[in-house]
Amino acid sequence: MIALLTRDLRLAVRAGGGFGLGLAFFLIVTVLVPLGVGPETALLSKIAPGILWIGALLACLLSLDRIFALDFEDGSIDLLATAPLPMEGIVTVKALAHWLTTGLPLVLAAPALGVLLSLPQGGYFWVVVSLAVGTPALSVIGTFGAALTVGLKRGGLLMSLLVLPLYVPTLVFGAEVARRGGEGLTVQTPLLMLAGISFGAVALLPFASAAVLRINLR
Amino acid sequence: MELQVKNLAVARGGVPVLEGLSFSLTAGRALVLRGPNGSGKTTLLRTIAGLQPALEGDITGAGERIAYAAHADGLKTALTVTENLTFWAQVFGNTDISQALAGFDLLGLAERPAGSLSAGQKRRLGLARLMVTGRPVWVLDEPTVSLDAASVALFAEAVRGHLATGGSALMATHIDLGLDEADVFDVAPYRAVPRVSAVDEAFL
Repeated sequence: MIALLTRDLRLAVRAGGGFGLGLAFFLIVTVLVPLGVGPETALLSKIAPGILWIGALLACLLSLDRIFALDFEDGSIDLLATAPLPMEGIVTVKALAHWLTTGLPLVLAAPALGVLLSLPQGGYFWVVVSLAVGTPALSVIGTFGAALTVGLKRGGLLMSLLVLPLYVPTLVFGAEVARRGGEGLTVQTPLLMLAGISFGAVALLPFASAAVLRINLR
Repeated sequence: MELQVKNLAVARGGVPVLEGLSFSLTAGRALVLRGPNGSGKTTLLRTIAGLQPALEGDITGAGERIAYAAHADGLKTALTVTENLTFWAQVFGNTDISQALAGFDLLGLAERPAGSLSAGQKRRLGLARLMVTGRPVWVLDEPTVSLDAASVALFAEAVRGHLATGGSALMATHIDLGLDEADVFDVAPYRAVPRVSAVDEAFL
């Protein structure tokens, strides 16, 4: 399993691996929104947490179809399925690799990009916390979507449509944590909900992803 | 322990392609599957490898004993030959890849990225993967595609070495490997008669 994780991370940072794709997209969104909205700092700082969350979510979505598509094309997924690794372990490692190469860089970049959106002073900490707690759910749910559509030609569109509604609760509570944190309000309830979604997704979805992947390989 | 197939029926896309198959493969033996294109050799091999369920019948002695090699080699073009092979060795809990590199004449290519190899070299790397799995039953689907005569001889030698150490090999191929000791099994007489399926297998 560690071999699979290191392979996926190594592939992500090699040429054409797609590392930085999500990060670049996140950067583009956060740079363009202030230009589009105009120089109203009050308005910008009000929408900043939401924009950061939407940017992170779309950046995640962008790189999802790479999770299994490349392994499917070159036949590795068949060979992995016959290897001594449990399928649940494979999908968990795949989700973890996706989070490390997409989710984690977004969490780390968010405070820097928050400056562009005049994020309120108290908001930085909670934006980072909410993204750190929420992005694992995005990766795990996304892995499920990728497993559902593996093998479909240009399944990216279908996958986006399938995954988007599943992302809604994470977005709602994640952005709520960031917003309330920025305004100095108590964040306990949305933060617990967000953590609950993340833990629930991490605990349960690998079984679903493994099951649909097995069916898709037939 | 031997690989045994009893009264097996396999289906591709819900349509039965072969039925009534029975054969066994003991340690130290090789079995070559023959049959025209589309006769279901790949489907049979995928079923034995455990990638899809059998329609009916039993397979014993498969599962964790199988090393499967498909049409696609499962190589990562951005990784070097050594990295590709080391990855599969680690997945199967082994560490030594030198024998596999030597067996398929890949030592000179060890540090080349897999993406820059020729089709035949890629195939050799894909087959070298079998030697690092440490699994006793090789299930091979058209292993000699894009190999030249010298490489086919290397491959036959690798299979012989595997059989000599108590392994066995089941392969679908159209060409003569020069493996005179291999048994031949023709799947053509086992073509399935069309039948109406009561359940949609996607929901099983």
